[in-house]
Amino acid sequence: MSAWLSQHRAALASAFRRLWATPLNTLLSLLVIGIALTLPGFGYVALDNLRDLGNGASSVQQISLFMNLDASKKEVGEIENRLKQATTGNWRFVPKEEALKRMQASEGMAEIVASLPRNPLPDAFIIEPTNSEPEALEILRKEIAGWPKVAHVQLDSAWVKRFDAFLKLAKLALWMLAGIFAAGLVAVTFNTIRLQVMAQAAEIEVARMIGATDAFIRRPFYYYGALQGALGGLLAAGLVLGALHLLAEPVGDLAALYGGSFGLRLPGVVEIVALAASGAFLGWLGAQLSVSLSLRKLD
Amino acid sequence: MIVASNLGKRYPGGYEAVRDVSFAIDAGQMVFITGHSGAGKTTLIKLIASIERPTAGSLVVNGQNLSALRRSAIPYVRRHLGMVFQDQKLLFDRSALDNVLLPLQIAGLPRREAIRRASAALDKVGLLAREKARPIALSGGEQQRLAIARAVVNRPTILIADEPTGNLDAESASEILELFADFNRVGVTVVVATHDQSWIERYHANVLRLDHGRLAA
Repeated sequence: MSAWLSQHRAALASAFRRLWATPLNTLLSLLVIGIALTLPGFGYVALDNLRDLGNGASSVQQISLFMNLDASKKEVGEIENRLKQATTGNWRFVPKEEALKRMQASEGMAEIVASLPRNPLPDAFIIEPTNSEPEALEILRKEIAGWPKVAHVQLDSAWVKRFDAFLKLAKLALWMLAGIFAAGLVAVTFNTIRLQVMAQAAEIEVARMIGATDAFIRRPFYYYGALQGALGGLLAAGLVLGALHLLAEPVGDLAALYGGSFGLRLPGVVEIVALAASGAFLGWLGAQLSVSLSLRKLD
Repeated sequence: MIVASNLGKRYPGGYEAVRDVSFAIDAGQMVFITGHSGAGKTTLIKLIASIERPTAGSLVVNGQNLSALRRSAIPYVRRHLGMVFQDQKLLFDRSALDNVLLPLQIAGLPRREAIRRASAALDKVGLLAREKARPIALSGGEQQRLAIARAVVNRPTILIADEPTGNLDAESASEILELFADFNRVGVTVVVATHDQSWIERYHANVLRLDHGRLAA
């Protein structure tokens, strides 16, 4: 067991030494791997933030019901009765007078409202059904739209559906992008390891002569590939963090212009570790393929 | 210790380097393999070291039948042999000590113990003072002694050498030979391929003389 451990320690140390021995090559490889991982990594964080934004806005599913302008009190009462029977959930009546008052309260609107000859706003109901499934909401919307003196029924979740569809599409595109870059990363590692094996042909030959197993010969290359991938992953995480840092302020300003407050969510330790781990795995995979092929040539 | 019966090696392409060779080398013997160049000395050495595989007959080394050996078992067989090559096959990117440490790292020895043993091996071949030197800074004779230190550091039961003095002057060659004789005296079986007749007379060693791949009487 201790022999096994010490051999792994030695292989890891040797991988570090080999990375360190050619700093320029190492730096270039790390940059290639880092950039390859940065794009999917950045895409992931961006999607994550968009999803946050979407979730924040769509947590309350509402149906807005607008009456005809000429609807009488009695007709409004009729709708109220129907709502009592039809929906399970909360609903609130917003009389046109209240709507106008609220509008007056909004900044810059008081003068406009004052200049109006009469109240242009309809009576309205804001409905919050307990069942917020998109399909159920849609059915309810259609039913309400058929009631008398109802001018317009608006399902406030329609854009959420579109947004979700967009997110799904973006996620798929991101996975495809990640797949392409992962293949690139494997190829980069494949090549660096191939060069390593060629540069160390003498050492490999001698080690075999004096009783090295295949595992002993391969191990340092695996560590090299995995280490290079992991460092590339960390570099990518650094690049993503740096980019987000630069974006944080403009995004905050933009959100403020739309009257909201939105802070970018930065990738956490788990995400950074995951990025490094995927780099390590892909590097290991590239090393595995490369060593198998290159060693066959040396046989 | 080493038993060959009707041993043959035919290379792809049809060239038969060794044919129908039978011999037995007992433990603790010192044996020279001689013959003209191209007689098959190197091939026979490579067969014993399991670098090449026999294509005919059988070869048993240390109780292991090399013709029937699985590929994955070969490294463990080699660890019981010490190999010295004419071109040394030293690694020039590391110190003398690190060269000698390699077999011990392969065997998975703890580092402290490995350094102790490697230093002892370097001391034995008279290179302890040069343990930090790179092989390129060593003379031809010193390089060959370094190769011997690497071959014996694992305390092998068999020491095999292929023309170990081929590139050396007479004085260095005789130092190398003396080292082999020393190891033989402490019980190591020594097999040396050489075309140097003077050695054989000096050590009254057993001789396997090859002629066009066959054992000459």
